[in-house]
Amino acid sequence: MSDIVLKTENLTKHYGGVHALQEANFELRKGEHVAIMGDNGAGKSTFVRQITGVEQRTDGKIWFDGKEVNFSGPIEAREAGIETVFQNLALADDLDVPSNLFLGREKVLFNLGPFSILDRKAMRKATEAALVRTAVKIPNLSSTIRHMSGGQRQCVAIARTATFASKLIIMDEPTAALGVQETAQVENIIRTLKENGEPLILVSHNMRQVFDLVDRIVVFRRGKIVANLRKQDTDGNDIVAYITGAKTGQAELQAA
Amino acid sequence: MSQSSHGIGGLSYDAKKRPWPAEFNVFLALVILVAAFELIGRVFLGDSFLFNTRENVSGLFNEQRLQIIILQVSIVGIIAIGVTQVIICGGIDLSSGSIVGATAMIAMSFAQVATVNGNPNPKAMFIDYGLTDLPVIVPLLVAIGCGLIAGLINGLLIAYTRIPPFIATLGMMVTARGIAKWWSKGQPISFPTDSFAAIGKGLMPVVIFISLAILFQLILTYTKYGKHCYAIGSNEDAARMSGIKIANHKVLVYAIAGILASLAAVVLSSKNLTAQAGMGVMYELDAIAMAVIGGVSLSGGRGSIIGTVIGSLIFGVIISGFTFLRLDAYYQEMVKGVIIVGAVVLDQWRQRRRAIGA
Repeated sequence: MSDIVLKTENLTKHYGGVHALQEANFELRKGEHVAIMGDNGAGKSTFVRQITGVEQRTDGKIWFDGKEVNFSGPIEAREAGIETVFQNLALADDLDVPSNLFLGREKVLFNLGPFSILDRKAMRKATEAALVRTAVKIPNLSSTIRHMSGGQRQCVAIARTATFASKLIIMDEPTAALGVQETAQVENIIRTLKENGEPLILVSHNMRQVFDLVDRIVVFRRGKIVANLRKQDTDGNDIVAYITGAKTGQAELQAA
Repeated sequence: MSQSSHGIGGLSYDAKKRPWPAEFNVFLALVILVAAFELIGRVFLGDSFLFNTRENVSGLFNEQRLQIIILQVSIVGIIAIGVTQVIICGGIDLSSGSIVGATAMIAMSFAQVATVNGNPNPKAMFIDYGLTDLPVIVPLLVAIGCGLIAGLINGLLIAYTRIPPFIATLGMMVTARGIAKWWSKGQPISFPTDSFAAIGKGLMPVVIFISLAILFQLILTYTKYGKHCYAIGSNEDAARMSGIKIANHKVLVYAIAGILASLAAVVLSSKNLTAQAGMGVMYELDAIAMAVIGGVSLSGGRGSIIGTVIGSLIFGVIISGFTFLRLDAYYQEMVKGVIIVGAVVLDQWRQRRRAIGA
């Protein structure tokens, strides 16, 4: 139990009559990278939204970091240590890299409530350290996000999640809108996170990427988890079969 | 940390090729405008716009004109500081001109003297209650209170009912103007105490304007409040996801804008030694125009107080320039309108070019 970072039990979400997520049982261990796959509308994003507190679940339980949790919002989840890179990149275009990294949790020199003086030097230093740690390449920290490529933006978003001693990183299709080189850059960051032993949930449609990066693959179909497979026990065709429904039933991971 | 020639991760980066600040373009526009008036003056009037041409006055520059340029924009400039942070935060404030009117009336009625030339002050509103010859702090606090209340109402409406800032502040604009007229049933309120009259005397409006501009430039650059203004104006969803309390911040932004409008009202009524219900009409639009000319983006997230100050100077130069060229005031308004639209078009164009370049 102690090395389980995240565990859900019978996690369920209904939108009116739509059963978007049904009794999802999920576990993530320390240092483990897990991919969530599935067709559009299979319940992947719904699952992520329940864990990160963006939405409130209909039923079920969530344990995070050894405690049962009930996040009332994404901020609470973040404070508990769940960092999420959202599909729509929650970055402020007109701010530079350090400002975005520390948005909402700025380092301050003097605490004067809302008029607290920012510690810009410390934030810049911490940003440089974070970028080095995640191997993110940004030519100029002082330029605004507006001036950056999609890949660089994604890297900043990812570096932000990795900057803060997070206990779990969730990425929702981090490379969906990126080119080949930019995708490679983001994948390198994910590998770096793996080396650093930071657990990760990766929502992705990219089969090659999933097999390159993660340890375990969980397949969602019609709101249910239909497969939970170690990478070495499966292959692309197998996964596709689960995604499309050609193969059914719950393929459970053998208890190690 | 000094600017290094290479960026994080070894990518090359030329520090010299950084885009220059938008304020520089605005300043360039100001210089060109002054040069144009100077040129037209020399050619058609045989007189200088900027330099001193009178023998009986010493000095290189025409100091009187320079003073007038900045003095006539100082009061609207104070409002423009508040409006700038509202626009950076992604909002708009149409109520500031009416807040000036209402605040001027209410504050002035607490700043009146009891006797004028030995006779009881005919205009004193609260003479029966003995509320005359009050220390200057009383009308000042009353004014700040008025601005604060108006700003809070704006902010609370926008933050909690989620109605567009345009509508909320439009409502306040009409309401506050009504209050200004109702307060003394349309009568002007005059004869302030000497200490109240001192606030707007001589170049005091300029001093107050510049001090507030410096203060707010520092606040917007170096504090959490400023950073969050830019963040909310830039991407409100991102700011919310980052844990910024959007509603609280917006209330604060509009409250500060209200207070700045009320300070402008104090300076204006003190300078004019009277308060009238029609005071501050169109000031809100002039203030917005100064900000927009100064490079503050109406879509939020970009701009600075320095830009707005330069924008206000452009405003002042245009007004003085037209007077200098002995052109009718009608033309001023027409040209002002063209310049406002031109500034927004330029901003849009710059944005599009940047988007393509990225």
